[in-house]
Amino acid sequence: MTLLTTLARLEATASGRAQPLSRVRHRRLAGQPLVVIPLTLAGDPATPVAAMIGTSRADQHLLVVPQPRNRDLRLRFLTGLAQTVIGYITARQNTTEVLPATRKREERRRYADAPQIIVPNRAARDYLGLLGRSTRFQRTDGPFPVDPAVPALGKWLTFLADSADQPGSALLADLTSLLAEHWATGQSPLEDAGLAAQLAWIDPPPGMTGLQAALATEDPLRCPPAGPATDPGFDQAILEPLVRNYDQAAQAGSRAGTDRAATEITSALKSQLEPTWNAIWLAISLLRALAETAGAARRWATDRDAFTRFSSYLADGGLPQPRRDHAATAAARLDRLERAQAAYDAERALEDPFILAELRTTGEAFAGEVVSAESSRTTTTTAGRTILRPRFTVRTGDPVRIEPGRVLICPARPSQRVQIADLPRTRADVDVVLEVIQGMGTPGRPKAGAVPPIGELVSYTLDPGYWAQRDFPPVDQTPWTHGGPPARRPADHVEEPQS
Amino acid sequence: MTSTDARLDSLRGGIPPLSHTARTVAALTANPGCARRALMDAAGADKAQIATHAGFPQLSGASQSPFALARGAIFEAQVKTGGGADLIRLLRDALGLPLPEVSYSDLESVGGNIERDVRHRRTRALLLRAARHPEEAGTLYDHPMLRLQVGGHLAYLEPDVVAFQVGGKFHVVEIKAFAVIDGQADEESVAAAAMQAAAYILALQDLLTAESLPAAAVSTDAILVTPENFSRQAKATFIDVRKQVSILRRQLARITRIDVLLDELPAGLTFDLAPGPDGSFTRPRGELAGALEAVPARYQPRCLRTCELAGFCRDEARTAGALAVLGSVVRDDLGSLDSISTALALASGSREPSADQADIARALRHAKNLSNSLAGGVA
Repeated sequence: MTLLTTLARLEATASGRAQPLSRVRHRRLAGQPLVVIPLTLAGDPATPVAAMIGTSRADQHLLVVPQPRNRDLRLRFLTGLAQTVIGYITARQNTTEVLPATRKREERRRYADAPQIIVPNRAARDYLGLLGRSTRFQRTDGPFPVDPAVPALGKWLTFLADSADQPGSALLADLTSLLAEHWATGQSPLEDAGLAAQLAWIDPPPGMTGLQAALATEDPLRCPPAGPATDPGFDQAILEPLVRNYDQAAQAGSRAGTDRAATEITSALKSQLEPTWNAIWLAISLLRALAETAGAARRWATDRDAFTRFSSYLADGGLPQPRRDHAATAAARLDRLERAQAAYDAERALEDPFILAELRTTGEAFAGEVVSAESSRTTTTTAGRTILRPRFTVRTGDPVRIEPGRVLICPARPSQRVQIADLPRTRADVDVVLEVIQGMGTPGRPKAGAVPPIGELVSYTLDPGYWAQRDFPPVDQTPWTHGGPPARRPADHVEEPQS
Repeated sequence: MTSTDARLDSLRGGIPPLSHTARTVAALTANPGCARRALMDAAGADKAQIATHAGFPQLSGASQSPFALARGAIFEAQVKTGGGADLIRLLRDALGLPLPEVSYSDLESVGGNIERDVRHRRTRALLLRAARHPEEAGTLYDHPMLRLQVGGHLAYLEPDVVAFQVGGKFHVVEIKAFAVIDGQADEESVAAAAMQAAAYILALQDLLTAESLPAAAVSTDAILVTPENFSRQAKATFIDVRKQVSILRRQLARITRIDVLLDELPAGLTFDLAPGPDGSFTRPRGELAGALEAVPARYQPRCLRTCELAGFCRDEARTAGALAVLGSVVRDDLGSLDSISTALALASGSREPSADQADIARALRHAKNLSNSLAGGVA
């Protein structure tokens, strides 16, 4: 969190309303996202109680397990969930687009759409990953066979949960994190993890301050938690007695009794889920109102690439993802995520004045007035060639903390690259001497506008550039630090699909 | 009765004291700088009732779900079934502990007596005998009753753990029903379990050192027994809790000086709820709030998860405009500043910074200028 966000939190507290941060959206919001609100049984891992699911506010489906500890009932629930989720995913595979061959790549096809699953909070996102872990190894043969849709659901959920770690991916998104990118509330991040409390600050009911509205959401009777854990008070007063009724009816062999109990359990859980359902669609409409950046479409294309690859991996009979990454796979994955994060940050700064301003508070970007320029400055390379290297000086009050030599880019001049040549500091201001290294033309044919005119206000930030993947040794040469070459693959240890 | 005891009793008022459990002892480390919590816990005050009466009932998370409690009870019973046979097999197989002949000793009651003092004496006698004769066979002690000095008081710790002795060392076994999936568990659950194990280890160490036996006879590797993956199959893991033991020991040493905190309080201060003949509380709400405010607190948002009184303290901190309500990141960012209004005044330039505020004031004004131009440029 930067000082700009901190300041916005202070102002939100003082004004009683959330303050806007970023006013543009860097991730795609699908026209038809699949909203999933999972609820789980307290204490047991990956033991679902209910899920509310659907692609619009009106398209609301409720799946319930009347006795979550009963394996058959749980499987019936998981099969139903799998059919809904996989049906949604399959519908995204209807249209493909053809990407023409380039110098590096052959012609390929890519799905024109991709699934987007939206959950209320980070805990729900992790829960879907856990559900994926618990279902992807389930067997469709042997003594306790399950419907093939169940392990398929597990593989898809695992794929989605993994992709959610990728910065900028929109395949699985949690709303509290998305909202936090755009609004600063007057409460702590711990309290922001509750979707209702966060929305209370962003969009309080008429006549209420954000604080009053947020405090009102803390009463679990008026505002049940968004899950996946249910309110312990609800468990105690309502759910547990109803489940006991169900058990008694089942023991007595009374079909009418279990049906009645199941109906009661369903309506009790519906009452717990519906407020969150409405909150989710409110949050989605708030986010949709923000303008989408060009980068969002580019990232969505990357998501569609990943979706296409994983679809064909599964179509080729792909095995479930391994329980744990091999040390070398984990190292490569970590490296990929770190680079993706750096690229994501730098790319957003070019499209979003707020992100650029944030970088200015930390010294990774600066803005100021051009005070002098040498447009026709040349220099001689070691090979003896004379090249054009214009320089100009920007005076800024920002606390610049960029090492000389880093390549910088100006959001208004995307085809030009500059480097810091010198950084003399005066009393309060800094004079940044910049040398244009790309997009300036040649001494004979200088490109017009490569050097900003004196007096113009310009801003520069790190070039997102090309974040090349680092080279890792091949699997059979894995160094001892990472466990050495894997001896033999255990049955469940399969490689992730090649990207 | 010491004068400290008398002061604590009058602070608590006419309600019987709540005893410390390993859970509350472990919670002492959650916010060690909070004098309000330290005093109330030392006095055995019922924070939940006091918070409710002061108008801030504890919110969700106050109770555990019956489903979670049932799972915990079933798992514990399953692990301990048949005189701990399962547990012994587990410790032998999983941890490679030599347990040639194991006896099992249930200390849940002593000849039908469940008085905790009686149980403690019996536990103490058995454990000391075992410590003095380590050559005897290893023993599992189920439901031992330990004691720990907390804030000058003896707290009884009633573990659902089993202390046992093998190779001349006592080990603390803690049975927890949270799942460990592919070797990973919820961090908070593990941290809480480790801190509770540390409380039992401290109590065991104190029991031995009081009799001039070496504290090193208690292993600082606690044994955590949890279900594996999605099954109910138990699995044992060592966790090194040396760090938690030393944190807790330091924390307990600090609370023993509770008399220093008491000296700073106004005379006659009490959190008494003044229960009337019908059991309802008659203490005027404003008066109770005033009494609470007389003891300094150190609110932080994490308190909402660990302390029954958090709602009250949060309201107090908000009224005072304290930065702490916005979380530790904001507080750390603005290190030297004391309140939200000071920070905002420095940002807008309406307040002159003192010498030590110069740096943060410059950064805040810079941020404020950026934020103004963003609001002007886009809106």
